[in-house]
Amino acid sequence: MLKYTIPLSLVSFALALIFALLIALAGLSPRPYLRLPSRFYVWIVRGTPILVQLFIIFYGLPNVGIVLPAFPTVVIALTVAEAAYCSEIMRSTIKSLPQGQWKAGYSLGMSPFQVLRRVILPQAARISIPPLGNQFIGLFKTSSLAALVTLPDLFGVAKQIAASTFEPMLLYIIAAGYYLLICSALTVGQHRLEKKFGNYSL
Amino acid sequence: MLNVTQLRKSFGRTEVLRGIDLRVAKGETTIVIGPSGSGKSTLLNCLNLLEIPDSGELELDGQRMKFGDGGKKRTRELIGYRQKTGMVFQSHQLFPHRTALENVIEGLIVVKRWNRSDARRRGEELLAKVGLREFADRYPAQLSGGQQQRVGIARALAMDPAVLLFDEPTSALDPELVGEVLRVMKELAREGMTLIVATHEMNFAREVADRVIFMEKGLIADEGTAAHIFGASRNERVRQFLSRFDAAAELPSVPVRVQVQATL
Repeated sequence: MLKYTIPLSLVSFALALIFALLIALAGLSPRPYLRLPSRFYVWIVRGTPILVQLFIIFYGLPNVGIVLPAFPTVVIALTVAEAAYCSEIMRSTIKSLPQGQWKAGYSLGMSPFQVLRRVILPQAARISIPPLGNQFIGLFKTSSLAALVTLPDLFGVAKQIAASTFEPMLLYIIAAGYYLLICSALTVGQHRLEKKFGNYSL
Repeated sequence: MLNVTQLRKSFGRTEVLRGIDLRVAKGETTIVIGPSGSGKSTLLNCLNLLEIPDSGELELDGQRMKFGDGGKKRTRELIGYRQKTGMVFQSHQLFPHRTALENVIEGLIVVKRWNRSDARRRGEELLAKVGLREFADRYPAQLSGGQQQRVGIARALAMDPAVLLFDEPTSALDPELVGEVLRVMKELAREGMTLIVATHEMNFAREVADRVIFMEKGLIADEGTAAHIFGASRNERVRQFLSRFDAAAELPSVPVRVQVQATL
């Protein structure tokens, strides 16, 4: 039950963060051949329901000969969607930093990449902890869609047992309790992170 | 050592620099004055290539850069040039996530690839020079405006630049914090550092300037020694501009306030 829900969320989020950073940087680039594909990706993914995306991958792709098992299907769907949302968070936090920080880095003779790595990203990372934490909590709950493509995750197991015991009320409340418990732990973790990275501003 | 020839820069349709010619010798202190919007800040930003000039030529310490010939400047070339200049910003622009010492040595470690212990030693020397040895481990947010600006100076000095540019370094400071920053700058001028300073601090300009440049509408309207500009400028606009500062300095602010309170 948690055997699927937790790895599903962790793997998808980790992958999503990596792609999100690349998409965000491309979206901020002055070069149109990087920026436009990035904006296009975000537009498509953000503008369609994740459940529909999931069904396209799981039930649609077999039509064109691509059959994926349930677990990778859910990981792909969650990663694709989450990368779009997280990239918007990263793009906006990077943009929110004063232009003067770039100038300060350049004035020391740093390359654009060095300014990004040493000056911009550490500050952007700190600012984006709360919204990204929020995003992860959202992703954790969205992972319950896995049950709809036959994966026995937390919600999927609750569904099965509810169906065989005719106790849906009880089972779904238990499932909700599990989700709430883990989300509470994640919230605490997010606050810890905020504290840890917030030490330089008074 | 620094030669500027016919430097031009526009933002959109606004011509901000309309052909600046400037020669600065090693060890000289050049003060740039002029009304807001006259192009002082843009000039300094162009000298550091934080803004790329539209046309003209820059030559610093043997490196010559020509602009407006169609070719795009390579990043490597820009970086090489920028390393020879240091910049102190009006709003310090320290890196908020790094301590005072880390700010000072950032360039040494990332750009010059010094090892950490050498960089630390050099950073501590520089912080001592600007009177902040005890503040090495403070974050910028824990420092006063004057202290932040002095860390900014130390950070720029760390790269051992051929010329140090100051973009209104005291304009954003509370009046009582201005003195400590100017003191450090005077010390640098005395030591023979080459300085170009945009400022509204006229007394400071009188005291340290080897040369004063008066800018207006993107051009150098007048230039000369401090004695020339402040005493004998025949340029009507210069006299007008400076008279506002004299008038401000002569305002009897304290007695007036006492009087007002008494009549209440």
